[in-house]
Amino acid sequence: MRALNIYPQFQHTDPSTQTRKDFVTDQDVRWCPGCGDYSILAQVQRVMPTLGIPRENYVFVSGIGCSSRFPYYMETFGIHSIHGRAPAVATGVKAMRPDLSVWVVTGDGDALSIGGNHFMHVLRRNVDLKLLMFNNQIYGLTKGQYSPTSPVGKKAKSTPMGSIDYPIDPISVALGANGTFIARSFDVHASHLQNILKRAAEHKGTAFVEIYQNCNIFNDGAFSLLTEKETKSDHVIEIEHGKPLRFGKNLEKGIALDASLTPKVVDVASYGEDKLFVYDETSEIAALIVSRLHAPEFPVPIGVFRAVSRPSYDALLVDQIDRAKKGKRETVQELLDDGQWTVK
Amino acid sequence: MQKVVETVSTVAIRFAGDSGDGMQVTGSQFTDTTALAGNDLATFPDFPAEIRAPAGSLAGVSGFQIKFSSEAVFTPGDAPDVLVAMNPAALKVNLKDLKPGGMLIANSEAFTKKNIDYAGYATNPLEDGSLTGFKVFKADITGMTLKAVEELKLNNRHAVRCKNFFALGIVYWLYGREASHTVEWIKSKFKDPQLCEANLRALKAGYHFGETAELFDRSYEVKQAKIAPGRYRNISGNEALSLGFLAAAELSGLELFLGSYPITPASDILHELASHKQLGVRTFQAEDEIAAVCSAIGAAYSGALALTTTSGPGLALKSEGIGLALMLELPLVIVDVQRAGPSTGMPTKTEQADLLQAMYGRNGEAPVAVIAAKSPGDCFYTAIEACRIAVTHMMPVILLSDGFIANSAEPWRIPEMASLPKIPVKFWTEKEGFQPYARDENLARPWALPGSPGLEHRIGGIEKEHLTGNISYDAANHELMSKLRYERLQKIADALPPTEIEGDQAGDLLVIGWGDTYGPIQAGVEAVRKSGSKIGHVQLRWLNPFPNDLEAIMKRYKRVLVPEINLGQLVKLLRAKYLVDAKSFPKIQGQPFKESEIVFAIKQILEAN
Ligand code: SF4
Repeated sequence: MRALNIYPQFQHTDPSTQTRKDFVTDQDVRWCPGCGDYSILAQVQRVMPTLGIPRENYVFVSGIGCSSRFPYYMETFGIHSIHGRAPAVATGVKAMRPDLSVWVVTGDGDALSIGGNHFMHVLRRNVDLKLLMFNNQIYGLTKGQYSPTSPVGKKAKSTPMGSIDYPIDPISVALGANGTFIARSFDVHASHLQNILKRAAEHKGTAFVEIYQNCNIFNDGAFSLLTEKETKSDHVIEIEHGKPLRFGKNLEKGIALDASLTPKVVDVASYGEDKLFVYDETSEIAALIVSRLHAPEFPVPIGVFRAVSRPSYDALLVDQIDRAKKGKRETVQELLDDGQWTVK
Repeated sequence: MQKVVETVSTVAIRFAGDSGDGMQVTGSQFTDTTALAGNDLATFPDFPAEIRAPAGSLAGVSGFQIKFSSEAVFTPGDAPDVLVAMNPAALKVNLKDLKPGGMLIANSEAFTKKNIDYAGYATNPLEDGSLTGFKVFKADITGMTLKAVEELKLNNRHAVRCKNFFALGIVYWLYGREASHTVEWIKSKFKDPQLCEANLRALKAGYHFGETAELFDRSYEVKQAKIAPGRYRNISGNEALSLGFLAAAELSGLELFLGSYPITPASDILHELASHKQLGVRTFQAEDEIAAVCSAIGAAYSGALALTTTSGPGLALKSEGIGLALMLELPLVIVDVQRAGPSTGMPTKTEQADLLQAMYGRNGEAPVAVIAAKSPGDCFYTAIEACRIAVTHMMPVILLSDGFIANSAEPWRIPEMASLPKIPVKFWTEKEGFQPYARDENLARPWALPGSPGLEHRIGGIEKEHLTGNISYDAANHELMSKLRYERLQKIADALPPTEIEGDQAGDLLVIGWGDTYGPIQAGVEAVRKSGSKIGHVQLRWLNPFPNDLEAIMKRYKRVLVPEINLGQLVKLLRAKYLVDAKSFPKIQGQPFKESEIVFAIKQILEAN
C-alpha cells in the first residue's frame, strides 16, 4: 500500500567539479575583524570540495553563539537552530537521511553549558555527524562572560573578582561519553586543522573536533602560549598514531609514563627514545592519559586522541527497519483491523 | 436453585483492587467481551500514582469503570451500579461512588485485621453493619482461587495472582457474558502452560461459583444496542493517535519520525510506534524533551512526517523548540497528552489545563495551530487532520489529548484506509525561482529537501526577510512577518467545514466544550433537552484558529456555557475574542465530568436570569 513515492530523485552535482568558491555564500561575514572563526571557515571551505560529496548533500547545523553563525556562510543546506540544541536537530536530520553529510558547528558555551546534555548523548549514540566545537573559553556573542572552559580566576563581566568554578575538559568528557572520534586543533594552524577535518569527515560516526579559537575582542591571547612562535613548540605536542610523544623546537623532549602510568616530561636524549610513550589512537587508556595533559606543566596535545570504529546510530536504525520489513509486513489497515468484530 | 434472569438497559461496574491485582486487565477483558456482545459502552481506567504502592494501601488502589447498555452510551457512568472490591482499601476509596442500593462484591478473604487497619477502618465493614444500604455479596475470592488451582502446585504468589480472573468469572456469569474471548486471550498471553492453565481454571471457577452458589439469586441481561452495521474494534486514545499517525504517513507518502522522551501518560504512543518499524517508522527516544522536539525539527527539515509526543511538563520544555519550528516554517505535530498540573501535578490523573500553554507558551508573537481530540476514537482522525495541516501549511500543530481519552476505550467503527482522503505533499525541486520564504495560496513556504541540487539555503530562528529568508532586522519586515504568521493560521479557519452543532441549532443555551468533555456534555445536554429546553452543543476541534462561523453560532443562543476540566481557559479565549458573556463551569479534581454535573450546570444557568 505504501506505493506512493513522493520523494524526489536527485540528479547530484559531480563533486569533482566543485571548488572552494562553490562553498562561499553571498552573505557578509559578520564576525569581528581578527576573529579566529575566519580561519576556521576558510579551512572548512577548503576541505569541503576535496571530500567527494556533492555540495547539496552537506547540511550545517548550529546552535547559538558567534560560532553558530557559521551555516550562513556556507553555500550548503543549513539550520541555525537554538542554543545548545544543534546535536539534537542534527540527529533528526541524520536519522531520516543517512545519505547526507551532517556537520554541527558549536562553541564552548553552546556545547558544554546549555547543550551539555546533547553533547554527551550524541557522542554515546555515535550518530554519523561531525561536531566542530570552537573553544574560545569565553561567551562572545553575549559580550564577554566566562564560559565552562574558562580557567579558574577568569575575570570577565560576570566575574569581576574572578570565576570560582573549575573548568570542564571537553576531550575527557567526550571520552567519558564513549565518543569514537575525538580530536583537537587550532584556528591558526591551517594545515593541521585541514588534516583533522578530513579525518573527521572520513570517520563513520560522531567525529568531535575541539578547535581552540581566539576571541580577540573578549579573550584575546587565551591560547597565545600555544600559538606564538617563541612558545608554541614547548607548549604544544602533536599526537600521532604509532609515534612516540615528542615535542620541543627540535623534538628534544618527550612524554613517558612512570610505573603508575603517570605521565612525565623527559629529555629524549638522556631518557631514551625507545622508552617514550608511543601513541595509539585506538587505545582508550592512551586517550584518557593524554586528555589529562594540561598547560603549563605539560604541553597541550593536538591531533587525533581517539579513532575507533563502532556502528553509527543511523546505520543501526536503518538496519532495524530493514530487518523489520523483512519480517512481518502488516499494513496500516491490518493494524486497524486488529481485534475486529462485525455488527450486521 | 432456579435463578432468574432480569433484563436491564444500562449497567456501570467498577473493578477496584490493589495496583498489583490486575484490575486493568480485568476491566479491559470485560470491555472487549461486552463490545463483542453488542452493547454500546464507555470505560474509565483510574490508575494509582504509584506503580506498586504497598499492598493494601489506599494509595495503591487501581480502578476500572465500564458502563454498557442497550442504549447509546456517552460516558463511563457517574455512580457505578456494581462495585467489585478486592480488599478493604479498594472498598474505602470507592464506596462513596456506589449507587445507593448498588451491588457490592467483596473479596472477604482480604478483609484481614491488618488490611482493615491499613485502610483506616476501625472495624470490619463487612461485619459491622455499615453497608446496610447496599446489596453486599461476600465471597472468599482468594480462597476459592487457591482451591481452583491447587492441583497445579504453583507457588502461593502465582496462585493468588489468578484471583482477578475468578472475579471476572463471577461478573461474566452475572451479566451472561461468553468467556471465550478471554479464554483465547489468556491462552495467547500466558506462555507458561502452568500459569495459563491456572488463570483459565480461576476464570471457570468464578463463573461456576456465580452459577451455583446461593449467594446470587439472579443474573442480568443487557440486550444488544442499536449499532450501525460495520466492522468494529475497541480503541483507546493513545492507540488511536498512534494508528492515526501511521495512517497519515501512508496517506501522505511521507516517512514517519517520532522524537520522544518517556512521560506519563504519553509514553504508550512511543511504545506503539516503536513496534512498527516494518512500516518504516523511525522512533528516537531522546535524552530529554528538548532533544525530542529538536530531533523532530531536524527530521521535518529532511522530509519526514515529524512528531513529538509529551505531556504538560514536557510541553513547557519544548517551548523554545516549537518557537523554532514556527520560525523555520516546518511541519511538526506536537502531541500533549495532558495530565493534572502544575509542575509534576498528578501524572496519572486527567486535566485540560494546558490549553493556554499551547496557545501562548512561547516567547514573542508565536501563534501555533492547536487542535483537540474529543474521544478515544476521534484521536485517529485528529491525528490525521493535525498532520494534514502541518504538511500542507508548513507549520507546527499542537494536538491536545488527555489522560482520560488516552487510557479509556470505546468501541470504534474501523475506517477503510482506501476511502480516506490522501494528504497532498509536494517537495520543491525547481532551481528556477526558488525562494525559501516564498508562499503559496496557504501562505506556506516551499519544502525543499537537503540533497536537492541548487536549492542550498539556510534557515534559522533569527527573523527572516520576506521571500528570501535572509537574516533581517528591518523594522517593517518584522511587522510584516509577525502578521504573516497570524494570517497563516487564519488560512486554516478559512478552509474549515461548517461547525457541527448537536442538539438544537438555536435557542436558550449553547454549551461549548473541547477535548474529553464531549461525552459528558453530550449526555448532559440530551438529558436536559428532554424537558423542553432548546440547547445546542458545539465541541470545538480547532482551538487555534477558532472556526469562522463560531461567533454567528454563539449569537443564536441566549446564553453560552463552557464546561472545562480546568479553572476556565477556553472561556477566557472566547470572552476575549468575541466579547461574549460566556459562563465557565470548571472542574479541577483530576477526574472527567460526570453527566450529573453537566446537568446541574445547565439547569443552573437556565434558571438564572
Ligand atoms: S566576539 Fe569574539 S568570538 Fe565573537 S566574533 Fe568577535 S572575536 Fe569572534
